[in-house]
Formats: sequence, structure tokens, C-alpha cells
Amino acid sequence: MIHQSLLRYRGGRYLWWAVGLSLGSVALYATQGGLQRHNGGTWQGYTLGTVGALLIAWLALLGIRKRSYSSTLGTVQGWASAHVYLGTALLVVATLHCSAEFGWNVHTLAYVLMAAVIVSGFVGLYVYFSNPSVISENRSGGSRGALFAELFDLDARARELADRCDPDTGLAVKSSIERTVLGGGVLKQLFALDDSRLMLAEAAAGQGTRLVSNTDQQTAIDWVAKRLPRAEKRAEAELLQALVGVLCRRQMILRRLRRDIRLNGWLRAWLYIHVPLTIALLAALLVHIVVTFIYW
Amino acid sequence: MRRIDNNDSVTDLYRIAIVGAGPAGLSAAGRAAQLDRAAGRQTPSYILLEGFEAPAKTIQRYQKRKHVMDEPGFLDLRSDVRFAAGARETILDAWSQDISRLGIHVRYGTEVAQVQGQKGAFVIRLSDGTTLRSEHVVLAIGLEGNPRKLGAPGEQLPGIQYQLDDPREYSGETILVVGAGDSAIENALALAEQNTVWIINRGKEFSRAKDANLNAIIAAINDKRRRVTCAYESRIVRIVANPSGPPLGVSLQTPAGEQAVNCHRVIARLGSEPPRKFVESVGIRFPNQRSDAIPELSQLYESNVPGIYIIGSLAGYPLIKQAMNQGHDVVEYIHGNPIKPADYGLLELQFKGLADERDPEEHLERFRSLTPMFRELNALAFRELIVESEISVAYADGPAYLEARRTMEAVRAALASRARPPRNTRVIREGDVIYEPGDFGTSFFTIVNGEVRLESAGTPRITTRLSRGEFFGELSLLSGRPRTERAIAGPGCVLVETPRRTMIKLMSSNEELRRGIDWIFVVRELQRHFAPYATPRELRGLAAKVGVRQFKAGDTLFREGETADSLFVLRSGNVALSRGQEPGSIVVAQIPAGQLIGEMALMGDPQRRETARATVASEALEVKRSEFLALTGREDASRESLQRGASRRAIDNARMAVRPEAGAVMNFLMNEGLGEATNVLVIDEALCVGCDNCEKACAETHGGVSRLDREAGATFARIHIPISCRHCEQPHCMKDCPPNAIRRSESGEVYIDDTCIGCGNCQTNCPYDVIRMEYAAPPKPGLLSWLLLGRGSGPGEEPDPRPAESAKAKGKKAMKCDACLGVKSGPACVTACPTGAAIRIGPERYVDLVEERRT
Repeated sequence: MIHQSLLRYRGGRYLWWAVGLSLGSVALYATQGGLQRHNGGTWQGYTLGTVGALLIAWLALLGIRKRSYSSTLGTVQGWASAHVYLGTALLVVATLHCSAEFGWNVHTLAYVLMAAVIVSGFVGLYVYFSNPSVISENRSGGSRGALFAELFDLDARARELADRCDPDTGLAVKSSIERTVLGGGVLKQLFALDDSRLMLAEAAAGQGTRLVSNTDQQTAIDWVAKRLPRAEKRAEAELLQALVGVLCRRQMILRRLRRDIRLNGWLRAWLYIHVPLTIALLAALLVHIVVTFIYW
Repeated sequence: MRRIDNNDSVTDLYRIAIVGAGPAGLSAAGRAAQLDRAAGRQTPSYILLEGFEAPAKTIQRYQKRKHVMDEPGFLDLRSDVRFAAGARETILDAWSQDISRLGIHVRYGTEVAQVQGQKGAFVIRLSDGTTLRSEHVVLAIGLEGNPRKLGAPGEQLPGIQYQLDDPREYSGETILVVGAGDSAIENALALAEQNTVWIINRGKEFSRAKDANLNAIIAAINDKRRRVTCAYESRIVRIVANPSGPPLGVSLQTPAGEQAVNCHRVIARLGSEPPRKFVESVGIRFPNQRSDAIPELSQLYESNVPGIYIIGSLAGYPLIKQAMNQGHDVVEYIHGNPIKPADYGLLELQFKGLADERDPEEHLERFRSLTPMFRELNALAFRELIVESEISVAYADGPAYLEARRTMEAVRAALASRARPPRNTRVIREGDVIYEPGDFGTSFFTIVNGEVRLESAGTPRITTRLSRGEFFGELSLLSGRPRTERAIAGPGCVLVETPRRTMIKLMSSNEELRRGIDWIFVVRELQRHFAPYATPRELRGLAAKVGVRQFKAGDTLFREGETADSLFVLRSGNVALSRGQEPGSIVVAQIPAGQLIGEMALMGDPQRRETARATVASEALEVKRSEFLALTGREDASRESLQRGASRRAIDNARMAVRPEAGAVMNFLMNEGLGEATNVLVIDEALCVGCDNCEKACAETHGGVSRLDREAGATFARIHIPISCRHCEQPHCMKDCPPNAIRRSESGEVYIDDTCIGCGNCQTNCPYDVIRMEYAAPPKPGLLSWLLLGRGSGPGEEPDPRPAESAKAKGKKAMKCDACLGVKSGPACVTACPTGAAIRIGPERYVDLVEERRT
């Protein structure tokens, strides 16, 4: 093996650290006895809380380590690997610390935020592992820029062909190119929603035009294909055949681009949840600690 | 000497005719003018002849405000004409001021067509038909040559030009661009922005152009919206001036017959006539036919034709300051003034740490007489070799060693204040290691005195003792591979360590030197592979029978199925072995330099089982059966290890042959030129999340400019080779760097030091597009001033795209990956990758890369 994923970093070294930490925490929890409730109030609970708080602080430091480009303190990959495993173990540590006692208070808020951060991290881990190879396959060796370049080339060819067609087909094809929509808002990117439209001439001549949906470019392709059997000259049929070919290729490229935007979107989107929640968690944690000491 | 006076009949007789008003010629003329003034002469004793309308044609053509450097920094300028690093305009202004200040006698616009006669009475015929006479001729014509002419009637008409400075100057014109090379294509494309352009191509296609230019011009020709028309297989028959309409009427010979085109302008980009033909017509001999050959010169720059002197880049000195110093000195020599050359002080420092004190010139002569190979060099070339080399002296540990160290430390302390301190003697101890196996170093060592021990790396360890006059390090010099043995300084050894560039230059201008180094290379390779205990003397006869063969990328060494009776030792480059017929042949191995190829043919299986093809330009020694038997027939031959190696390779190849998918990946790697790489960035696309932390880390550790383009580059089977330096075995970029600013560290990183003059040669020479010409990025603000005051860009953010004025004044410099040389944590692109997608590997791990693909 020459490339190693972050889960397999150094033979999964930090997995064993995380397992050790969890088992240690369970053992510590089990030593609690007596009448006192098994939460942060006992010395064992206090220890678990301290470990948890330090762990949270350290996990958040990845953001700084990642940007310390000249740091000799391990590699970013090693940090990321430890971040994943120890972050998971935090769930065990924190749950044991609070002994699963929840209520409508700031302490539970801190716990919920922590759990949300960890879950969003799992989402991130999932997309980090599943998306890259799909993106690579989808681009089939090229780059997003290359897909766009081909799209623009197809646009130009489709326009050129459309100019030589009857006016209605010309209008349909050219308006479908002008009104092709890629990307858009967050949801449109993440779920590859397609708002493309095109303009069609009304059936009766001189009745104006209407705007119709052209999701996945299907309407435009259908329009040209429908003209094909009604072509009057051989030259026209050839023209329409060529146009259908170009439009289908264009549909495929647009699908790939949309897929590329969606998959890349997810690679980034989860961080917009994970990081702000972390900041909120740090604030809640601080409040939790201060409040605990005041009302002890 | 003949007296030259004011008599009209002999006014055209000069003492010196200087041909070419570049830096060398200007400086020579400046010195001649000053000498005339000192002698109280009223009329000039010299003439400066220039074919162009202004001095310094090459520098005139630099882009506006280009920063011109004054490397080498350690050399002082010695000239009556001023020169210091600065903008092109500043330098040209200073020169034109100096031309009038010194009253330089110059004639512009007259090319020298012919030089005849002999010392004391040369007759120089000029392009305008006039002749003049001169006692001496100084050729300072540079290497650029004159542009090739159209060769059609009417080529002298206005509107016919051989260069294009600013394409935006012209608009709404019809312009004919003649030529099919890169400059013709680039001009045509730029002009087509606002003109109608015809490109006249003599051939059927644009085969000489770079791929990018080829694609761009084909696209432009086929694009109906762009006004570019191509006339293939066409040439201009004649040009006439039109009385009305567009001023030029051009007749084209096309495959469809003669065609007339009216246009405003014809721009011919037909390359230039190299000056060699003219130089040879004068009677000057070149040592060989190679295009980089340099004529032989005496220490006084005199050529084999007495009375004709050569200076500047034509003499092999591409830097402005060197050329100007030579211009100054050559005039002094012609006047019979035995001045010390400008590099005298440099030589003094080079010899300072030697045990015996002598005049540097004496040392120089002694060094030359002590080494048979150096005696083949002429005095000037040898002098250059010493100035550019590093001299090491070994002392026995004791008072003499300490004394010498102290002397040199004092010398260095005195030089420390100079921006670029000159080289000086390196004092070492006997027993010190000069280099270790695995070190990258491309320098070449000559033993001037004492002894050096070479210890082979493998087992058994074999020690060879080399003494005065012998040399070592030729393997790395010729192949670019790391050192294979340990070199240890022996008693009293004095070493000359010559950098690769200097050595290559000397080898291309001196056949004997080339043959000598080639010979020892063959001997040592034969020793290493077949007969480790044989002495060079014993191998002399055999080595002479072993030929060195050159292969271009794609050439075939041998084919599957052939019956053969020879093996190859790959000296440089890389060879891929494949099985099966094209298409569908499977790559089963890639052989790096230093290894055997096809040895099975001499060890039991005479039929070739693979086809061997060079993946990059390669050189190999071919050892025939008779020589092989003679070598392996020796008592002490390494037969067993040869057989072991052959069996192992047979298994490896067979294993690869049954896994075509691995072969396909290997094939991809070879097609990407990784055969000549030593350290390449490989991204696993299945792990890459596209965060670009690698690029950010690269920029942050390299002054704000990333030397890596992650997204660009080829991908195959999820292996992505981004645009980033792969530190080639024999770096193309090093080939012609005027200040020798591109270097290789001992650990193998190829880097550019701060003497870069921004000429862009390396960018042109790099086949992998990894070198960028950039301004220095503005410094990053501190974290707080970014956070609180919003200054500049923050950590990991794109750097400010606007370079500072000071950076602009210094000009663009070449920038490339140095594999984070000197960064403790290793290459930043790799250590900053959060997912483990980015790794840097050498060729020995390509097999692992392929292996991984199996699962």
C-alpha cells in the first residue's frame, strides 16, 4: 500500500488509542460506588469531565494545526486520523461523565452541541470517503474546467446548427442554451436541482412565445427529435440529426457538471455545520464549566 | 606596426575592427576610445560595426521595463562603459550616453559580409558594398544571428518586417505572417485580435510548434468567427508596392496555383541564421559539428586565425558582465598591454588555501601540467574551469590543518560583507568523506595531487585508490543518478570539483575531453556490473569495443522475438519493457538508468522476450557476447549476482505480464515522463477531497507563490500527476541557465537560487510546464494585523495578487518546486494533506503504486 487513508494511518494507531481511552473511561466509571449520583460530582466524574474538556479543546486545535504550514508537530494526516478516532471516543467519555442525565439546561445544551458536532463529523467522514472516487470517475480523467470548455464548445456548435434550422427550432435550441442553469443556491447545488427553461413558439403562428421547463435538457431534445420525422429535405434531416447528437452530448456534459457540483458541494458543506457548531460548543462548554463551579 | 595617420588614402585602415555593438563590442570600443584619447589621437584607430540601427540589439528587444541582472555577483565589472543591474531602459540610456561621452566611432546598419586577409591586413567587406581594412578583428556578434530573409523579390519594401514588438500597435490591417514555428503562430494569434491575418506555411502542417500553439492555431483557422486564414504548402513568390489600396501586393505560390493577396504588412518569422557559417567563412575552426560547439581560443581570446579575436556569448560567455570585461581586456591585449585578467583576484582566492604559496598564474599552469586530461584544454577553457570549480585541499589533522583553516576563515570573514562572496579554497581533513552513496551531486572531481579512496556501496566492499591525474564522479555527471560509492579524501589530496554545467560545456567543445570521460565511464560501469576486481588497465581493450548508443524518446532498443547476442547497460534515461504486439502490448517493467537490459540473451535465452523502448531520451552501452564472455570469464567476475539479478527480473516481468491493468498504469506513468523523475508528487484521486491545502501549504512555505497546480495534470485509474516539479535525473531546466542558478542539492532537490536573472530559458526548456515566471508576492501580514486591521491575506488564503512596486522593479523570476529543501517536516504539500492523498515518491516505488491498484 502506498497511499493510506486517514483511517488506516499508521495501521490505525489512533483507533487503539480511542479504544483504550473508552475502555479506561468505562473502567473508571465502574469504580464509582456509594450514595452519590454517578455524574460529574464524583472524583471519577470530575476526571472524565476534565479529560472530555481537554479533548474538545485539542480536537478544535486541528483547525490551527491545519494552517500551521511549517509545523513539525506530526503531519496533518496524523492529526486528522487522531481527530476522527478520539473525537468518536469523546462520545463515550462525555456520556459517562454526565451519566446520561439530561434536562433542559445549559449542561445538556453543551452535550447536545457536542453530539451534533460529532455526528456532522461522521457525515463529513462519509463524504470524504465516498465522494472523491465518484468525482474522479465522473470527470473521467479531466477537470471541471475541461468539462466547461467542452460545454462551451457544444453551445457554440448547437447555436451554429440552430441558426440553419427553421425559426421555431432555432428559438427553442438557442433559448435552451441561454436559459440553462447550473448551480445556484446551496440547496440547488447540494441536490443538483435543475431550473433550466426554454422558450417555445406557440402552435399557431404569430401567437407569441411561452417559457417552459427544460429540466435535464429533455424538452429541447424532444423538440428537435419531434421535428426529425417531419423533415422535408434530406439536408434538413441531416441537420436535425446532427443537432440531436450535439444536444445529447450536451445533456451528458451538463449531468456530469451538475453531479460534480453536487459531490464537491457536499465535500465542503458539512464543514459549514461542523465548524460553527464547534464554536458554539466551545462557548457552551465554557458556560457549563463556569456554572458548575459557581453552583457547586 | 604600421602607422595610421590622417592621410585620406588610408583613413579606412584601422588598428581594430570590432564587429557587433552588443555589451562585448561596446566595451571593447569604449576601451579603444579611451586608449586613443590617452595617446592624444585625433582620429579613431578602431571602428565599431553594427548591422542593426542601434546598439545592443538583443537587449533592445527585451520587453519594456525588463529588469536586467548583473550576474555573476562575485565578478567585478571592468569597462569604460557603465553597467549595473536595472531596468532595460536605464541600461540602454547609460550605454547611449557613454557612446557619446566616449565618442565611440560606430557605424550602424552595416553588416559584415566577408573578412579576408591576415593579421595586420584584413579586408572587411560590408553589406552596403564598401570595404575597409583593419589590422585586427574582434568578433563580438553574439549567438542570436540575423533573421532569415524571405528570399523573394520585393523583400526590401517598407512594411516587411522580421519581428513584432507589440501586436496591439496594428489594427484593421491585413497582415501576412510567414512561418510555421512558435513565434509565427504566436504573432499570428496575437495580431488576429484586431487584424485580418494570413499565415503562410511552407509545409502541410505545423509540425515544429509546441502542442499548445498547434492546437490554438488549428482552432483559430477552423473558427469561422476569427479572421485567420492559413495557406498551406505555400510561399511568397514576389512582393510589389501597390499604387492604391493596401500598400503591398503579394503573389503566393499555392498548390492551386498562383494567388494574389493585398496586404498592409508582411511579418516573416523564419528563424535566424546561426552565426556559425559566417564565423567559419572567416577561417575559424570549431572543434566539432555540435550546435553548441565553441571555437578554440587562446588565453588572449585569439582564435586559430591570428589577428581575429572572439569575445562574448560566441566565445561561450553568455553573461553581460563577462562579455564587457572581455571587451575591455581584448583591446588591451591587442595594444600589447599585459594586464591581469579581471578574474585574477578570483583565482587568487581559489588557490589561497594551498600549502605552497605561488602566483595564481603559476598555480594554474601547474594544475594543468599535473593532469593529463586538463592538458587537452586550451588555456582559456582551463582558466574558466578553475574559476567555476570548487578547490578542496586535504591536510593531515594537526597544526598545518588548523593553520590553513584559520587562513581561509579569515579570508571568508573579509569577504562576508560582499553580497555574493567569490569561491575560495575549501580546507578539509584527510579521511573526510567527500560524498556518500545515494547523495545527489552532478559535479565532477579531478585529482590534482595526493590520493582519493572510492569504496563501493554493496557487499563485498571494494576499495579503489585513485591518484594524481585521475578523476571520479563521472557517473553522476553523465547519468544524473545519485552517487553509487563513497569517496574519501586521502593523504595530501588536492581536488578540483567542477559543476556539471561547466563540464558539459567543456565536453561539447573538446573532443578529447569527451572521449576521456566517456571511456572511464564505460570502464567503471563494466567493473560495477561484471568484473569488480578488474583494473582499468585490464579493461582498456574491452572498453574500447563497447559502444555508447543514443536513443530518442520512443526509439526501440530491441524487439520481442528477435534473436540477440548483446545486452545493454542503461547509462541515462529510462527504458520500458513490454510484451505483446501493439496495440494491446503490456508494459512489464521500467528500467531506470544504471541497470542492465536484455542480459538474458547472453545467459541462456537468446530470444528477446520483451520489446525495449526508451521512454525519454536515453543512452546505453551495448555489450556484445564476446566482451561479455571475456568479462565474466575472469576468475573474480560477479557471475552469481548477475544470474540472481536476471532470475529475479524474469519473475518480476512475468508477474507483471499477467496483470495488464498494472501494466496500463505503468504505461501511463511512463507517458507522463516519470521515467526520468526522481521525486514526483502523486495524488490518489480516491482520497483527494479537493481542499487545496497542498497548494496553500506550498504558497505559505514559498513566499506566497504556489509552485504546484493540483487540478492541472493528467489522471489515469485515479492516479493524478499534478503539475509540479518531478526533479528529473538530468533536469532539462538546467540546460542553459546563464547564471547557473538552477542547482541540485545533495539530497536530490532541484532548486533555483537567488541569482536567477529571469530570462525564462528554464521555463521554455521544461517539458512538464512546472516552472512559472512570477513577481515576488507581497509579504503576508501578521495574524493580528490581518484579523484586526484587514491587511493583506490571512493564513491559507490566496495571496494578494498585486505585486509590490519593488517586486515589479526586480522583474519576474523563475519559480519552481524545491521539494521543500531545508524544511524540517518535509514537503509541505505532503505533510499538509489531511487525507493522505498526496505523496511524493521516487521511481523505485512505482511498482508499489501499481501493486496497490490490484486491490
